[in-house]
Amino acid sequence: MQYLLLIYSDEAKFDPSEGPKYMAFTEAIKTSGNYIGGNPLQSVKTATSVRVRDGKTAITDGPFAETREQLGGYYLIEAAHLDEATAIAARIPGAKIGTIEVRPIMSMHAPAK
Amino acid sequence: MNVSQAVETLYLEQRDRILATLIGLLHDFDLAEEVMQEAFATALSQWEGRGVPENPRAWIVSTARNKAVDRLRRDIRLREMFPDLQRLVATADTGRQDTHEEMIPDDRLRLIFTCCHPALPEEAQIALTLRTLCGLTTDEIARVFLVSSPAMAQRLVRVQRKITDAGIPYYVPPVNLLPERLEVVFATIYLIFTAGYSAATRKDLCSEAIRLGRILHEFFPDRSEPGALLALMLLHDSRRQTRTDAQGNIVLLEEQDRSRWNAASIEEGVALLEAALQKGAGRSRYGVEASIAALHATAARVEDTDWPQIAALYEVLSRIAPSPVVDLNAAVAVSMVEGPEAGLRKLEPLDEPLRDYHLLPATKARLNEKLERWAEAAEHYRSAISLVTNEPERRFLEQRLAEVSTYYPAKP
Repeated sequence: MQYLLLIYSDEAKFDPSEGPKYMAFTEAIKTSGNYIGGNPLQSVKTATSVRVRDGKTAITDGPFAETREQLGGYYLIEAAHLDEATAIAARIPGAKIGTIEVRPIMSMHAPAK
Repeated sequence: MNVSQAVETLYLEQRDRILATLIGLLHDFDLAEEVMQEAFATALSQWEGRGVPENPRAWIVSTARNKAVDRLRRDIRLREMFPDLQRLVATADTGRQDTHEEMIPDDRLRLIFTCCHPALPEEAQIALTLRTLCGLTTDEIARVFLVSSPAMAQRLVRVQRKITDAGIPYYVPPVNLLPERLEVVFATIYLIFTAGYSAATRKDLCSEAIRLGRILHEFFPDRSEPGALLALMLLHDSRRQTRTDAQGNIVLLEEQDRSRWNAASIEEGVALLEAALQKGAGRSRYGVEASIAALHATAARVEDTDWPQIAALYEVLSRIAPSPVVDLNAAVAVSMVEGPEAGLRKLEPLDEPLRDYHLLPATKARLNEKLERWAEAAEHYRSAISLVTNEPERRFLEQRLAEVSTYYPAKP
């Protein structure tokens, strides 16, 4: 199964020394064959939200929801099951200061139930 | 034994094992349940002519599996939802006898861990365990949780969908995850046990919880906690006949007829506890609670109870598993050793954390009664009555209030 690991943490507490730890983690899950993709995101201050209502597009400054912790990056991984996915999520450096949300990718081969 | 009796016995004794095996094969709770029911119906008609097969359980499993394969072949929509069809068809077509039995010690164990996965909400864990492993109907589970039947049906659908869609594994967790996962399983089983005190269901939940406890104990003989949990449940359960009177009214521990306690349960519980303590259960919540229960269960008369030891064990328990309810029980034990006034002092810090818990004022009332402070006792009984939700407990508290009220002049 594929899982998206969403990394939430308080941007204000961003620590540049985390960089090498992230590189090491990424290398590790590439070696183990779990890595499919992943990226860090620019600050939530750069976020733009788009909504289309009654055919009109509304573009507003800011994220979908103002929260104490912001989405700062993600990994897309392959894992046998939820326990493997959560074990990988727990190894993400940001898990120690923020929260990792684990979301299964909906398989497009099977219709949505 | 005739065929219908044989089928009925098989259903009563092996239903959960068969269902667990089918869920393991099909990875679909509803499909497993449906084809199992069909297979039992087929057994009723076929065994009449051909006789009961040598291994009835394996017969039901392979018949149910074949029914699932037939359905999946007919139903394209189902087939798309079911990537494992090829594997399933392959095993069915070769006519291979079910090798499952030798390969896996017991599918029920895997099912317990799946139902009690920490990624599921606690209430859903209990509901799903009751549905799959205890065979309760949706109606009955709804009654345990005091919700409507459609609401419970919806919750069960949602939780089964999460298991499938989130990829919650159907396995006995690896050793590194086992301690934390077992904790969740223990908590679920014990909650089912305590729900059995008040739930009026066709199946007795206390017995079901004990049965699940036995499965765990059987599979983890080297661990201390399953034996301790099983001992705790057996020791509590030994008082089942005396906890209420013929009218369903509560009888306090100190007033119960100890000759009617179940001696076999006590004996088994104490033996299990001793074995568990040797493996280190004295450091776990269930080991300490079972030790307390054993001291009550083995006191021949209420005045023989080893209260100093019980008070010491509650102190240990409040360090291992701190909770205001444990502190409440500790205060009762202290009152038995040092007197009611000491107990009341221990209760003082609990006013805030237990302000909605009827047993706090009920305990204060009881201790004031012992001090013959009737007016205060009555006051606390009134508070307890305003908080209680369970009907037998309300009757008990009202009866106590009526009695203490006779000892002092009513207010004008």
